[in-house]
Amino acid sequence: MGRTLYEKIWAAHEVACGPGGRSLLYVDRHLIHDGSFHAFEALSHAGRKLRRPDLCLATPDHYVPTRDRLNIPDPQVRGKMESLLANASAGGIRHFSMDDARQGIVHVVGPEQGFTQPGVTLVCGDSHTSTHGAFGAIAFGIGASEVAQVLATQTLWARRAKTLRINVSGTLAPGIASKDLILAIIARIGAAGGAGHALEYAGSAIRALSMEARLTICNMSIEAGARCGMIAPDDTTYAYLAGRPFAPAGADWDRALSRWRELPTDADARFDREVDLEAGAIAPMVTWGTSPEDALAVSALVPEGKPDALKYMGLEPGQRLEGLAMDRVFIGSCTNSRLEDLRVVAAVVKGRKAVIPSMVVPGSGLVKKAAEAEGLDKVFREAGLEWLEPGCSMCVGMNGDLVDAGKRCASTSNRNFEGRQGKGARTHLMSPAMAAAAAVTGCITDVRKLLAP
Amino acid sequence: MEPFTRLEAVAAPLDIANVDTDRIIPARFLRLPRSAGYHNYLFHDLREAGGFVLDDPAYRSAKILVAAENFGCGSSREGAVWALAGAGLRAWIAPSFGDIFFENSFKNGALPVILPAPRVRQIRQLLAARPGTKLVIDLAAQTVALPEGSLEHFEVDPFRKECLLKGWDEIDLTLQHEAAIAAYEARQRSETPWLAKP
Ligand code: SF4
Repeated sequence: MGRTLYEKIWAAHEVACGPGGRSLLYVDRHLIHDGSFHAFEALSHAGRKLRRPDLCLATPDHYVPTRDRLNIPDPQVRGKMESLLANASAGGIRHFSMDDARQGIVHVVGPEQGFTQPGVTLVCGDSHTSTHGAFGAIAFGIGASEVAQVLATQTLWARRAKTLRINVSGTLAPGIASKDLILAIIARIGAAGGAGHALEYAGSAIRALSMEARLTICNMSIEAGARCGMIAPDDTTYAYLAGRPFAPAGADWDRALSRWRELPTDADARFDREVDLEAGAIAPMVTWGTSPEDALAVSALVPEGKPDALKYMGLEPGQRLEGLAMDRVFIGSCTNSRLEDLRVVAAVVKGRKAVIPSMVVPGSGLVKKAAEAEGLDKVFREAGLEWLEPGCSMCVGMNGDLVDAGKRCASTSNRNFEGRQGKGARTHLMSPAMAAAAAVTGCITDVRKLLAP
Repeated sequence: MEPFTRLEAVAAPLDIANVDTDRIIPARFLRLPRSAGYHNYLFHDLREAGGFVLDDPAYRSAKILVAAENFGCGSSREGAVWALAGAGLRAWIAPSFGDIFFENSFKNGALPVILPAPRVRQIRQLLAARPGTKLVIDLAAQTVALPEGSLEHFEVDPFRKECLLKGWDEIDLTLQHEAAIAAYEARQRSETPWLAKP
C-alpha cells in the first residue's frame, strides 16, 4: 500500500525505536526565538553542549518593540534580546539581531530564507511551527524541555500521529483568502477536531494557492487541535524556494528536486480520516467567540450556545456580525504578515481613510523592505494606518502592544482566546482584506462591497 | 534526574477544579530566570489570600499533591512544573490533567497519576480529615497505597515509566543512541548534503 506524505517523512527520520511505540526522530531544522531562553538555561545547568548549532536559526520576535527599538525601557524585555544574542553567539548559532533586515517572526523568516524545505523535520519552541508544513515538511511546536533535548541531541522522542486529509475542491471566490478557508475548516472540524492527527490539506483549491497563502493555512493547523499540518510540495513550492539563501543550489538543487518530487502522498495511500470541503461555498469569515472554531460567514448572526464566550465578547445571540463596531485593527502575526497580505490591505485602503487606530506590522525586515520598495508604506500612511517594525506585536502583546479591556480588535492573527491580546480584549479574527475593510469603515464589513467595481 | 521508584510521603489535598498553569505560577513571574527559584512563586496569588493548604505546617513536608479535575490546564508553560518540583513535590494525583502539563511533568522527573474522580475525592477528604497522612506510590507496580490499606492501580505510558524508574531524563536516554544518531548524520551528509549544511 502507498504511503502518505507524513508517513514518508516520518520514516526517513526515524533514528531508533524506544519503548511504548515511540520513535527517536532526527530534527533537520530548529528555529529559536527570544522566548527560548529557558532551554539554554536548562542546558547550561546540566552542563550539556549543543550538538548541531549549524542546523539552528535564531531571531527575536515575541518581545521585540514595534516602535522605538533602540530604547527598550523594560529591563526584562531588553534582557530577552540580550540573552538570545548571548546564547546564540556562545553556541555558534546563526542569529538575526534587531538591527538585521532579516530579523522577523520565526515562522516568516524560516520560509523566507529557504531554511524551511520540503521533506524536512522542523521544530521550534512555539506552537505555530505548524506553519512550515506548507512546504511538505513535518513541522511542530515543542516545549522548553524538548528545545533543550533538540539542542543537545538533534533528536526528539515522538509518537506517530494519525493522519487526516482535508480535501478542498473547487475554487475560492474573488475576495476570499486562504484565511477564510482555514477559518471555515476549523469551524467545520472544531478546535479539537485535528487532535492526535497530522493534517494534510489537499485538493484543487489548495493546489491553486500561492506559497504565502499555504503558510496561512498550515499556520492555523494548531487551532484545529493538530500539532502539524502539511501541503504536498509542487512547482509552486519549488519556484518559491529557488534562489533563497538557505535553499540548495547547483547540483544539490537538482538532487533535492528529484527527492522532493517523491514526497507527495501516493494515490493508493490511506488516511485515518478524510474531510471534504467545497471552496466555492466559502464567504469572508469572522470569529465572534473566544475560540478560532467560533467562525462564521460575515453575513451570519451571532449564534446561541456559548454563553461564557458571548459574555466575554459582549455579544447577544441573534446580533448581526456585519456592522459590529470595532475599536482598533491589527494587521500582522505569523498568520498574515507577508508581502501578499500587505498588498491586499493596500488595495483595500488605497484612497480611503482609516477611521479607527490601525497598525500594520510586517512579518520580517525583508517583508518591510519589499513592501516599501512597492510603495505600500506610502499607501498605508496616507490612509492613516501605522506602519511598524517587524515582530509578533499585538498577536500576543508580550512587547506591550495590547488591546484595552472591553475593546474590540479586528485582527489578522490566529488566536481569539480570552485575554490573548490583553486583559479583557475582544478579538475578532479575519483575513487581511477584511481587517483593512474594518479599518476604513470602523466596523465588520464584507470587503467584497468595497472591492466591487 | 533522581529516579522515581517508590514514594512514601505526606500528601496535600487541593480541592479546586481546573487549576490552570497561571494559578500554579502567574505569567508575570515567567520572565524571571529559573534560577530565581520558581517555587517561590508557586500558587502565588492563591497563597496571598492566606490559608493555603501547603502553608499549613501539617503539609509542609508534602511531596504528593492530590488535586481535582483538569489540574494544570491552560498554557504550555513548563514553569508550572518547575515551581511544583522546586517546592519538593514529586507526584500529583487527579482525575484528569491539562495535556501539556501532563507531559511536562514526566520530563521533570515528576509523576502525574490519574485515578477515578470519586476515588480522588475520597482521598482528598481523607487527607483533609487527617492532615499529615502519607500515601505510598509504587511506580513499578503502578499502585497508590492508601492508609486504610486499599490499593489503587493506575496506568502509565511504558516509555515514561522506564525513564522515571531509571531516573533518565530524555536526553540521557537519547545519548544511549549516540551511535545511531551519528550514523544518521553520516548518511545525511552523503545522501542529502544540502540538509546537513544549511
Ligand atoms: S505572531 Fe503570534 S502566533 Fe505567531 S509566533 Fe508570534 S506570538 Fe506566536
